[in-house]
Amino acid sequence: MSDLMKVSSNPHIRSKAGTSNIMLCVVLALMPAAAFGVYNFGINALLLILITVASCVFSEFLFDMICKRKNSIGDFSAVVTGVLLALNLPPNAPWWLGMVGGAFAIVVVKMLFGGLGQNFMNPALGARCFLLISFTSIMTNFDCDAYTGATPLAVLKSGGSVNVFDMVVGRTAGTIGETSMIAIVIGACFLILLGVIDLRIPGSYIVSFVVFICLFGGHGLDFSYVAAHLAGGGLMLGAFFMATDYVTRPITIKGQYLYGVLLGVLTGIFRIFGAGAEGVSYAIILGNILVPLIEKVTLPKGFGRGGEKI
Amino acid sequence: MNKAGERLYNGIIKENPTLVLMLGMCPTLAVTTSAINGLGMGLTTTVVLALSNAIISLLRKIIPDKVRIPAFIVIIASFVTIVELLLEGFIPSLYSALGLYIPLIVVNCIILGRAESYAYKNPVIPSLFDGIGMGLGFTCSLTIIGLVREIIGAGEAFGFSVMPDSYIPVSIFVMAPGAFFVLAVLVAIQNKVKIEGEKKGKDMSKIGSGCSEDCMNCGESGCSARKFYDNSEKAETPETKKAAEEVSADE
Repeated sequence: MSDLMKVSSNPHIRSKAGTSNIMLCVVLALMPAAAFGVYNFGINALLLILITVASCVFSEFLFDMICKRKNSIGDFSAVVTGVLLALNLPPNAPWWLGMVGGAFAIVVVKMLFGGLGQNFMNPALGARCFLLISFTSIMTNFDCDAYTGATPLAVLKSGGSVNVFDMVVGRTAGTIGETSMIAIVIGACFLILLGVIDLRIPGSYIVSFVVFICLFGGHGLDFSYVAAHLAGGGLMLGAFFMATDYVTRPITIKGQYLYGVLLGVLTGIFRIFGAGAEGVSYAIILGNILVPLIEKVTLPKGFGRGGEKI
Repeated sequence: MNKAGERLYNGIIKENPTLVLMLGMCPTLAVTTSAINGLGMGLTTTVVLALSNAIISLLRKIIPDKVRIPAFIVIIASFVTIVELLLEGFIPSLYSALGLYIPLIVVNCIILGRAESYAYKNPVIPSLFDGIGMGLGFTCSLTIIGLVREIIGAGEAFGFSVMPDSYIPVSIFVMAPGAFFVLAVLVAIQNKVKIEGEKKGKDMSKIGSGCSEDCMNCGESGCSARKFYDNSEKAETPETKKAAEEVSADE
């Protein structure tokens, strides 16, 4: 580190990190979760992932062509959006759901606001919420060949008991990529080791969520209840892969902690007091919208500015 | 009558209240869940707009300048009450569909805006046609928005099923977000057409329409007729400046 900080004349040290490299790392890190989803739910999950990615890339290509912009599919951000969106779909969803969702994510949420770096909301999550509101019955139907019945979170909400070990491994009903906590954490460790993401947002998100669940969950410090909430639903996927999206997270370090705490509290509110069993997507989207305000509050002052005037 | 035709064209196309002036957004976003609701709301507003424009124009020399807004509101509210009672009596289904938005026509900014900027300064016949034109423009946009939302969000047009049975409605389009999507796309198309027209050298500027030659109270900064106001202002500037300086010196 100290070598990097030395003041010297050029040529300086160059980093190979670029948009396409980072996006490729994220795609690689999502592979364990995707692979487990395909192993768990069968071939339809694989097809759905491929269709969603293809739809995202093709929409971006088409939009660039129609608007006579420089082609931007080379930065792989559309691939990341596609994989993330597909991992958020139920395994038996029809193929057109992935297509519509992918096109909406890229065209409406990302490109209309100016493309990568300008979108105020995570495209994959925006599209997921669009699909969730539009096709509620399809998006909340998690029955497939391997599993039938409610997701663990829905069971938990209605007061039933769940097998925490199965939830950690991922042998439960749910969306394609959210079920296996282990696979997601492996991918997240890969990203953290590479330095693509850090633990500020996921850490503060998860810690504040656990605190909220202990305080308001109605079970106190019940270990298995808290563990089930952590392993169930999209919390891990959201915390490590969606809340940390470079474009839609706050820039300031203080702001990132604040953002994580906000997401944890919002997710807790939606899960415990909300009508549905899951609330990660809505929490992150609301957090995304609040990011400009968070940055405004936490903007560090320049040296010599601010403070009390004498 | 040429003036009347010009007023109609102005209201429906050139200064379409919803898509160009961006007025009356509340009913535009709230009641356009189906084409028939949009049409009903548009026509209701048209009736109130035309009649109140005509009456305000007739009374424009009697109404004192200082209390003109309350006077407008009283006139508009009378017509809204008449229309509301008629709707409740004769088309109860539309009445219940529009609900609260009928009494809210009183504070619809298109009506008050036209009264203030046109009817209060112009004779009766052009004012009447201005009201009809603006109302029809409002009706057209509301019906189009309602139609698009109904087709995509429910697979129907004016209540008749138009999509194949296998079509699964995208229900977000009949909810609040759908109104924003459709409105944004229509405004984008309108802007695109306008820019293309300007490239071809057509005069698409808004002025000439609704110009009361009162540049003092007009927000149209790109207006060519504004020259006269700007010049007079320039001519006055040194003197007014001097006067202002004297005043501040006295203090």
